[in-house]
Amino acid sequence: MSRAAPRTVTLTVNGRRCSADTEPRRTLGDFLRQELGLTGTHLGCEHGVCGACTVLLDGAPVRACLLFAVQAEGAEVVTIEGLTPPDGLSDLQQAFSAAHALQCGFCTPGFIVAADALLRETPDPDEETVRNALSGNICRCTGYLPIVEAVLATARNRRTEGAP
Amino acid sequence: MKPPVFDYCAPESLEEAIACLAEYDEDARPLAGGQSMVPMMALRLVSPAALVDLNGVHGLDSEALDPDSGALRLGAMLRTARLERSPLVARHQPLLAAAAPWIAHVAIRNRGTIGGSLSHADPAAELPAVAVALDARMRIAGPAGLREVPAAEFFFGLFETAVAPGEILTEIVFPKMPQGRHVALYELARRHGDFAMAGVALAFGGGPARVVGFGLTDRPVRLSEAEAALDAGAADFGSAGKELAASVAQAAAADVSALDLNDDLQASAAWRRDAAPVVAARAVAAARPTGGQP
Repeated sequence: MSRAAPRTVTLTVNGRRCSADTEPRRTLGDFLRQELGLTGTHLGCEHGVCGACTVLLDGAPVRACLLFAVQAEGAEVVTIEGLTPPDGLSDLQQAFSAAHALQCGFCTPGFIVAADALLRETPDPDEETVRNALSGNICRCTGYLPIVEAVLATARNRRTEGAP
Repeated sequence: MKPPVFDYCAPESLEEAIACLAEYDEDARPLAGGQSMVPMMALRLVSPAALVDLNGVHGLDSEALDPDSGALRLGAMLRTARLERSPLVARHQPLLAAAAPWIAHVAIRNRGTIGGSLSHADPAAELPAVAVALDARMRIAGPAGLREVPAAEFFFGLFETAVAPGEILTEIVFPKMPQGRHVALYELARRHGDFAMAGVALAFGGGPARVVGFGLTDRPVRLSEAEAALDAGAADFGSAGKELAASVAQAAAADVSALDLNDDLQASAAWRRDAAPVVAARAVAAARPTGGQP
């Protein structure tokens, strides 16, 4: 088989085992959107600077536009779809809505994934920690303040009401 | 844009990886973290005929403390993020741990590798300057076998290193830190995580000082007058840190006046000439003792 030819890639996405054929040059971002129909992961710059394509790879936030789908063989990927409950919004998503932390919404999936990873690792971050953790995500609409507030509010609420 | 068509090899051993590279003459590239390479492919700045994915090669991401020499040996495929978490790095090479949070962003650090950053040799990158500041030794594997190159002889210029086509950087050896060493890294960038416009990695005390500028020219550059100032005043660091920082800044200003500073989209040469002494002073002020090893 030609080394450039399409081959089958099998991985776990949002808890489900998925398989599809793809060329090696297909990025994970495109694979999720095109081959798997998971269009929640957005492609903003496609060269690793905007963070709109952020997904979790084996638990860690990564840029889906800088990974080839073939590299995710056997891995566990979580996208924004995997962080959204079937019957509504997560606490983090609700906090974004309440704080007006999204306007056009294009950057939002990347921010939610990055913030989710941050809060799992650091349940009680201070503002500087939140800003550093989200420094790789660009938003053109909100000016970032409401995003930071939404993440801090989620952390506060989880501490008082218990994690969901 | 999308990366162009390429052949994809996924070797499981170093020998296989070297053989794959050899098949394509000079037109194959190793793929490490991909955080610099893949953007260049997406922008069609490079179009290798083949990518040899190192992520599946066994044994390239090890961390080992040499019991005899006290040197820390890090595999080239170690993720940059690991530098922030590794107990061995924290204890034995804290300048690496101090540098990591300055490197790009969380998501980049989760995939980017130390070997990839060193091999890519971006003039604004932190790790090349840190490697020079720590007198690291690079171990390079190729068809002719294994060889070692000191960091001082590894960086040739913009995106150019001692790693020849067909070779792979496999391991970086960081010699044991002397007792009483202080280290720091400081840089100025537009926003946290952006490319450094001017940066300094330094180490002093317990041995000859190293003050290594990055983001200034096409490679990490030792600021020798700043080093002399640190050597002269290291003993005063605790009691007269501000004066030491000021004398280092003055010396750094002399150093950069002799350099052909970068003039680019990030910053002008004049800005870099003014910023370098400030960065050097702030690095001195931020220096932390390393505790050494018993």
